[in-house]
Amino acid sequence: MAPTLVFLEHHDGVLQQGALGVLAKALSLGGDVAGVVLGAGQAVAATCGATVYVCDDPALAVPLPQPRVDALEALVAQTGAETVLFAASVLAADVAAGLAARLGAGLNWDLTDLRLEDGDLIGTRTAFGDTVVVDVAWKGTPRIGLVRAGAFEPAEAAGVANMIPFDATFQGFSSLAKLVERTHEESSGPSIEDADVIVAGGRGLGRAENFSLCEALAKELGGAVGATRAVVDAGWYPYSAQVGQTGKSVSPRLYIACGISGAIQHKVGMQSSGTIVAINKDQNAPIFDFADLGVVGDVEQVVPKLTALLRARA
Amino acid sequence: MKIAVCVKHVPDATAQKRLDASTFRLDRTGEGALNPTDLNAIEEALRIQAAHGGEVVVVTLGPAKATDSLRKALAMGVDRSILVTDDAAAGSDLLATSAALAAVLANEAPDLTLFGQASSDGDGAVLWAAVADRLRRPLISQVATLTIEAGTVTGKRQTEFGYDRITAPLPAVVAVSDAINEPRYPSLKGIMGAKAKPQAVLSLADLGLGADASGEAGSRTRVVAVAPPAPKAGRVRIDDDGTAAEKIVAYLIERKLA
Ligand SMILES: Cc1cc2nc3c(=O)[nH]c(=O)nc-3n(C[C@H](O)[C@H](O)[C@H](O)COP(=O)(O)OP(=O)(O)OC[C@H]3O[C@@H](n4cnc5c(N)ncnc54)[C@H](O)[C@@H]3O)c2cc1C
Ligand SMILES: Nc1ncnc2c1ncn2[C@@H]1O[C@H](COP(=O)(O)O)[C@@H](O)[C@H]1O
Repeated sequence: MAPTLVFLEHHDGVLQQGALGVLAKALSLGGDVAGVVLGAGQAVAATCGATVYVCDDPALAVPLPQPRVDALEALVAQTGAETVLFAASVLAADVAAGLAARLGAGLNWDLTDLRLEDGDLIGTRTAFGDTVVVDVAWKGTPRIGLVRAGAFEPAEAAGVANMIPFDATFQGFSSLAKLVERTHEESSGPSIEDADVIVAGGRGLGRAENFSLCEALAKELGGAVGATRAVVDAGWYPYSAQVGQTGKSVSPRLYIACGISGAIQHKVGMQSSGTIVAINKDQNAPIFDFADLGVVGDVEQVVPKLTALLRARA
Repeated sequence: MKIAVCVKHVPDATAQKRLDASTFRLDRTGEGALNPTDLNAIEEALRIQAAHGGEVVVVTLGPAKATDSLRKALAMGVDRSILVTDDAAAGSDLLATSAALAAVLANEAPDLTLFGQASSDGDGAVLWAAVADRLRRPLISQVATLTIEAGTVTGKRQTEFGYDRITAPLPAVVAVSDAINEPRYPSLKGIMGAKAKPQAVLSLADLGLGADASGEAGSRTRVVAVAPPAPKAGRVRIDDDGTAAEKIVAYLIERKLA
């Protein structure tokens, strides 16, 4: 039977939880399901507890997308796979969309659930900042699905996998992009995962120095400071404080978002917070769709006053 | 140096976005605007042009009304625009959209093709990878810092594991992040001059694309059902009239959060 393939992303020899979650979901739907481990293979693949296709070609040594499209194209041809599933990540999104173009296949992204209906695969996704829920399907095969970060939990025990090596041929253009450096900026800065309260700042703070507003408020509340990717990339605050898809997932009792628009990739890292308070001067900002208390106002006005009031109470 | 920037005409941020109940397509009858994060891609193109010379062209697939967004790009300083518009292209998904854009880009043969971070309506942040594959060009996505040197583009970008620096020889496809720059506002002179700039309008036939490669016929995904949004229970919303801080404190105390 034509299998469902699940792209198993790994990093430093560890399979990513999100990918294992998608694998668990695919296995729960039944049928023939296999994982795919590309690059740096055997030891990594052995830990996934399912049938896994492994390609160890040196072209796959670095985590860049285009050679992975070549490898998956070959594997889909070899296995007749009807479905290829990915857990969203910077790498996986580019592989999934490249593969869709290569195979002339449909790609549905941001899936939060998958089910079979009369044998047909149906995905659930939200749209327009999570304001509507949409059921999506595919026309013909293969079907390609990109699952929202953190949508599915991995299964408990992962035994030894049944490994099937495969070969691929690589396109010339696929190896033109080169990874010249990978830096971890994890170590510096405070830890925010265990904080009870997080005061997070975004581009609406206006400038790096205004993070002091968040720091002062966090201090009054006994909390930590978080940040969006936009301000981390701009060098306003350290990566270790970043909340979201490519940063930390946090669930403090209280999350105060200051000058943050509330993009999906930020939301996935903080939506499980107990209470969300948002201060944003744009009443149409998506964050107001999911904040418990939404304040339409200027952070430079509201935040210092809030800090002063809390200080006066103490 | 020839730079193409792919941009999208999206519903304005203030417009209530909705899917048409019968076609399940995005209702595009309301006000539209240039996709906000595409401004960063245009800005980056203009900066590269300022340093290296050459030409900047914006490319879009969209409704006839997308000319409004293209004119804004021209007012910012872009040299010319290409609009692909065709009734048969309506309802294009990633696959069909990438086919049309790749056809334009194959003809234009730019040294560098830029994309914005994500479209505010589709929010896929994926289109570039499909286009790069069709064009058989190297790809760097999510780029927060970009440099061009001796026929090579280098991008620094964030992943789940830290920062990557990636290089690729030109011609290449690069998608930029919203942190890469601060987009300029069009100057009065720019706005006045925009009208006179070349604005090509192409049909699918002009690109040699059959109707089966575009629109719903060329798409391989479909929407099967749309549910209304979940009710927003218990949300409190206040407009700051100078007392917002007091109200936040009261809210926090009531919930034993302060
Ligand atoms: C693959 C991928 C991964 C990503 N990962 C992450 C991630 O891990 N974390 C993350 O955060 N983002 C991530 N992003 C980026 C995300 O999509 C958004 O671009 C980002 O979160 C925006 O940050 P922001 O809210 O600070 O900036 P903006 O979107 O620019 O929002 C700033 C807000 O501040 C408001 N504002 C301006 N001035 C004021 C003022 N004076 N007072 C009050 N409000 C004001 C504005 O109205 C606006 O809503 C990712 C994107 C992609 C494509
Ligand atoms: N119809 C379109 N025409 C031209 N460019 C587009 C179109 N749709 C999306 N783009 C570009 O692709 C980027 C990512 O879009 P998406 O994958 O839809 O989030 C956008 O920021 C634009 O640069």
